[in-house]
Amino acid sequence: MSESKLGVYICTDCGIGESLNIEELQKAAKAPICRTHPFLCSQEGVQVIRDDINNEGVNKIVIAACSQRVNYDVFDFDPLKYVTERVNLREHVVWSHPPNTDETQAMAEDYIRLGITRANKSEPPEPKITDLNKTILVVGGGVTGLTAAVEAAKAGSDVVLVEKEAELGGWTRKMYKVLPKKAPFTDLEKPDIDSRIAEAEGNEKIKIYKSTTIKKIAGEPGMYEVTVDTDGTEETFTVGAIIYAIGWKPYDASKLDSLGYGKFKNVITNVEMEELASKGGISRPSDGKPAQSVVFIQCAGQRDEAHVPYCSAVCCNVSLKQAMYVRESNPEAGAYIIYKDMRTPGLYENFYKAAQDDEGIFLAKGEILGITEEAGGTLLVEVNNQLLDKKVTIKADIVVLATGMLTNMIPDEYEVNNLTPEYIGTIVKKETSDGIIEELEPVPISLNLAYRQGPEMPHLKYGFPDSHFICFPYETRRTGIYAAGAVRHPMDALQASADAAGAALKAIQCLELTSQGKAVHPRAGDQTFPEFRLESCTQCRRCTVECPFGVLDEDEKGTPQEHPYRCRRCGTCMGACPQRIINFKNYSIDMISSMIKTVEVPDEDEEPFILGLICENDAYPALDLAGQNRIQYSPNFRFISLRCLGGTNLVWIADALSKGIDGIILIGCKFGDDYQCHFVKGSQMANERLGKVQETLDRLMLEADRVQQVQLAINEWDKLPQILDEFSEALKELGPNPYKGF
Amino acid sequence: MGEQKSILVIGGGISGITTAVEAAEAGYETTIVEKRPYLGGRVAQLFKYFPKLCPPYCGLEINFRRIKQNPKIKFYTLSEVESISGAEGDFKVNVRVNPKYVNEKCTACGKCAEVCPAERPNDFNFGMDTTKAIYRPHDMAFPARYVIDEQACKGSACAECVKACKFGAIDLDMKPATVEVNAGSIVAATGWNPYDATRMENLGFGRIKNVITNMMMERLSAPNGPTGGKIQRPSDGKEVQSIAFVQCAGSRDENHLPYCSAICCMASMKQATYIREKNPDSQVYIFYIDLRAPGKYEDFLRKVQSDEKVEMIKGKVAKIEEDADGGVVVTAEDVVGGGKIHQKVDMVVLAAGMEAAAKANGLPPVIKTEESGFVVSEGQTAGIYAAGVAGRPNDVTNSVQGATGAALKSIQSLVRR
Repeated sequence: MSESKLGVYICTDCGIGESLNIEELQKAAKAPICRTHPFLCSQEGVQVIRDDINNEGVNKIVIAACSQRVNYDVFDFDPLKYVTERVNLREHVVWSHPPNTDETQAMAEDYIRLGITRANKSEPPEPKITDLNKTILVVGGGVTGLTAAVEAAKAGSDVVLVEKEAELGGWTRKMYKVLPKKAPFTDLEKPDIDSRIAEAEGNEKIKIYKSTTIKKIAGEPGMYEVTVDTDGTEETFTVGAIIYAIGWKPYDASKLDSLGYGKFKNVITNVEMEELASKGGISRPSDGKPAQSVVFIQCAGQRDEAHVPYCSAVCCNVSLKQAMYVRESNPEAGAYIIYKDMRTPGLYENFYKAAQDDEGIFLAKGEILGITEEAGGTLLVEVNNQLLDKKVTIKADIVVLATGMLTNMIPDEYEVNNLTPEYIGTIVKKETSDGIIEELEPVPISLNLAYRQGPEMPHLKYGFPDSHFICFPYETRRTGIYAAGAVRHPMDALQASADAAGAALKAIQCLELTSQGKAVHPRAGDQTFPEFRLESCTQCRRCTVECPFGVLDEDEKGTPQEHPYRCRRCGTCMGACPQRIINFKNYSIDMISSMIKTVEVPDEDEEPFILGLICENDAYPALDLAGQNRIQYSPNFRFISLRCLGGTNLVWIADALSKGIDGIILIGCKFGDDYQCHFVKGSQMANERLGKVQETLDRLMLEADRVQQVQLAINEWDKLPQILDEFSEALKELGPNPYKGF
Repeated sequence: MGEQKSILVIGGGISGITTAVEAAEAGYETTIVEKRPYLGGRVAQLFKYFPKLCPPYCGLEINFRRIKQNPKIKFYTLSEVESISGAEGDFKVNVRVNPKYVNEKCTACGKCAEVCPAERPNDFNFGMDTTKAIYRPHDMAFPARYVIDEQACKGSACAECVKACKFGAIDLDMKPATVEVNAGSIVAATGWNPYDATRMENLGFGRIKNVITNMMMERLSAPNGPTGGKIQRPSDGKEVQSIAFVQCAGSRDENHLPYCSAICCMASMKQATYIREKNPDSQVYIFYIDLRAPGKYEDFLRKVQSDEKVEMIKGKVAKIEEDADGGVVVTAEDVVGGGKIHQKVDMVVLAAGMEAAAKANGLPPVIKTEESGFVVSEGQTAGIYAAGVAGRPNDVTNSVQGATGAALKSIQSLVRR
C-alpha cells in the first residue's frame, strides 16, 4: 500500500451530536482530516468521504457513527484499496450512556483513538488468487457417496470416487425393498440403487476406484495429494476437496444375547431380514419353513446407554417396511412390532398409518421380558404390553431385532458408548522428561490424513464427525472435507441423498472461494491470511496444537508448517503464540497492543477502569442491542472486538495491566459440550490460556481475579449491565491497579 | 456458461437464506423474495434452538453478515412473487414489492415511533403486545429499518413521524412496485405457519386465556418478548408454577394435520427447560402419543427426563377446561398407567403443528404441491426445488441440510443451460 492517509468522519446525528462535545472529539482524533456531518450515511455524507478519497488521497477511513452492523452497504469502500474502520459512537456510547458527562465523552474519545489506531495498524489484504485442482474426492460408494458424486458432476465438477468394496451400492444394494421416497409416503419401493450406480459409472466426469482404500491424504483444499491402494497397487493423484461418505454399520447384535441373538437361529437382525427377503419368501433360518408370525423388537440396543445411547432414527420405519413385506409375501402371516415410541416423523406418519390400517400388523408399546425357544425352533416372546397393562406371550417363527446404526468412523474393536473424546483412539502411557503422561493415540480409520492433529476427522460424540452447529451442519473441523450421510448421524436413504447434495455444494463452494484466496465459513470472503515470522519461532507447538481446524503441521523440530487454505482466519494461532510471530495484515498482536496503549486511563477514579475484549460475532451485537434498547451500563469499560476470543494473546493482558487498567473482562461464546463458538474451540482456548495468566499476574504482583472471562449469548444483552457491574464491584474490592499513573 | 441467470429463492427464513447464501458463496447470483419486512422467518421468533439451547439470532447474525458482504445476493422484503412464466434456465418472475413507507434513509434511530400515536397488535409476538404503527419488526430485524403498517397508520392526516424524522426517510405516498427477475431456477422456501389452534375446539384455544400455543411460548420466554422473558399466565400475570404441554395438537390427526410435524416433541421438551430454569419450583407435564426424539436428540430427551419435575404421560388429551380461579384442567387418558387423568395447571401450551405456508398463501401453479401443501420433488416442474419445511416438516438443522442441497440442485439448472 502507498503512504497511508487518514480521514476521520464523525456523524453528529442519531443523538451523537447532542450527547457529545464534537469539537473535543475532533481534537482527540488528532487527524489531518477530520470532518463532521449531520447525516453521514446520506448520499451527501458519503460523498464527503469519496471526495477526500479522490482529492486528498485518503485511504484509511475512520467513520465514527453507528455500528458496523448497519449501513455496511453505504460505507462500502473497496477493501482491497482502503481500510475502513467503524467507530461505534451510537449503539456503544450515546445510546447506552448518559449524555454530556465527562465519562461518556471520555469513552467516545477513547473509541475514536482506538479506531484510528486500528486503522493505522491495518493494511488491505493482498488477495492470493491461484489455479487450484477442483476435482472432488468422494470417499465411499454407498447411496450417499454415489449421490454426491452424481450431483457434483451434474454441477460441472470432476469427481473421483473411492470404494473399499468390490461393488458399489453399500447397504442399499442388499435391501429387498426401501422406504417410500415420494408423496403420499405410503408405498414400499424397489431399491433404485442400480440405476444410480449405472448413472455414476456412465458419467464421464466420474472416475471410480473399487476395492480401493486410502493410504494417505496430504495437503489442503485445492491441493490434496491422495494415495490409494487398489488390491496392492498404489496410485497417487491430486484432488481439491473431499466428501466423506463412509456410511454406517449395524450394531453388533451378538452383544444382545438377552434377546437371543446368536443363541436362537430364528432371531435375526433387521439387516439379515433384508437379505432373507431378497432370497425370496420369508422363511425361518432354522428350517426354511415359511414364517407365519414375525416379531419385530424395536430399540434392540438403541436408546440404551449400555449399548447404543442414541436413537437410530430409521428403525421404526424399517420395521414397518419389513412388517409390510412379510404381509405382502404371505397374507396369512402376522407381524408384531414391539416398540418404546413409534418414531415416524414428518410425512412418514402416512407410512405408519398405512401399516396400522393392515389388520395383520400388530403394534404395541411394550418391554421384552424374555425370549425362549420351543422344540422345533418356534420362539416365545414374552412382552409386557404397556397399552393393555398385561403380560402376553407371542409365538414367533422369526424375531427381528431392529438393531441400530453406528458410524463407520468407529472401528470394530471400539465401543460406541466409550470412545475417547475428540479423536477416536486409545489412551497410552508415554514416558517423557516430565514423567509418565497419558496421551491419546488416534487410530487411523479411512482417510489417513497427514495432519499433525490426527489421521481422521474429530468426532463430537458417539463417533459422528458432525458439526455441532444447528445452523451450519456442514461445518466440520477440517476445511475442505465435508461429511455426508449416515457417517455423521443416523439417517435414511432419502435424507442421505439430500445430505449428499448439500455436501457436494460445500465442496464446490470451498474450491470456488479458496481459488479466490477467500476464507470459507464463518469468515466467508475474508482475504487475509496469517503470516508467520518463523525466524523467531521457538517451536513451542502451541499454535499447532490449539488451531481448531488442524491447519498447522510441524516439521521434525516442531516449527509450524503452513497450509493457508485450511485456515479459517479466526486468529487462534495468533492468540496462542508467546513469541508474537503470527499476525494478519489487518489484525495483529501489535494492533491490539497499540490500541490498548492509546486508551487514556484516568489517574484517579472511584470506579475501576476496565478493558473488555469481546467476540465480534456475538458479544459485539449484544452490545449493539443493549444500545438499541437504551440499556445503560458503566462508561468505565472500553471494548475491543476480536474475530474470536481464541485470538486473545496474553501479552494484551500484561499491556493493559501495566498501563494501570484495573481489570480485563473477556466476553465470548459458550464453550463445552454445547459450545456456541463459531470457531468451535476459540472461546475454550481463551479460557485455557487465562488459566495460565496467573504467571503474568504474579510477575506484576497482581491478583488473578483482575481478569475474567464470561460467556454471553447474542440475545443476552439484558444481562450485560449486571455482568459488567458485578465485575466492576469485584475489582473495587481489590482496589485500584497499583500501576496506575506509571 | 454465457450470461449467468439468478437463482430465485421464495422465502427468506432460515432455509431460504441458507440456499441463497450457499449458492452465492459458490459463485452464483441469488435473489430472495420475502413476504415479511425482515429476513429470518420463523426462527427469528424462537427463544432458543434444541438441543443446544442456543439463540437462533447467533446463526442469523452470521448469515446476515454473509449476505452483507456478498454482492451476489439481492433480497426484497415485504415482497411477494406474483407470477412465474418461462421454463428452467429462463424463468420470468414478477415480484411485487409492497410499500414499507420508509426508505433507505432510515437510520433506525427510533424518533418516529416515539411520536407515532397509533398502535397495532404485534404479530411478531402473536398479538400478545402492541407496537406503534411505525415499528421495527423486532430487535434483530434485518434490514434494521422501520416500516409502517398501513392498516394501523393514520396516514397523511397525522404524519407526526414525517415531522419527527430528520432524515426524510418516511414517504407516506410510497406505492407498490413490480420487479421482474430473470431466474434460471427457483427454490421454494416458503416455510410454515403454526396450525390454527382455534380449530381444535376441545383444546380451548382462543376461548381459554391460559391456553397458548408453542410459538407463543417462545415469545413469552424470550427476553425481548411481551413479558420481558417472564413466563406468566396471560389471564392475570401470575408466575406459571405448573404447566402442561399437549403434544400433537393438530398433528397426527386426520381431522387436522394428518402428518407428524417432526419438531413438536423436541420443542416441548426444550420449552420445559425454559420454565424449569426461569421458575425453578415449577412442575411440568407433557402429554404425548409417542416421544419423538430421533437420532442424537435422544440425549436431550434423557436430559429432560432426568428432571424429576418433568412428568411425561403417554396419552392423548381429550379436553381442556377453565377453572374458576384461572387455572386450566387437562383431561387425558393415561395409556400406560391406566385410567383418566384430570390435571390442573396454571397454563397449557399446545404443541401446534406445522402447516405448509403454501396451503394458506398459495404458490404460483407452476410450483407443484401435494394435498397438504408441501412442495413435491418427484414430478416437479424442471428447475423448481423445495428447501426446508416448504418440502416437508423438519427441524432447523435438517432444513438447513436440505436447503444446502437445494442450492446445488438450483445451480445444476443453471449449469445445464
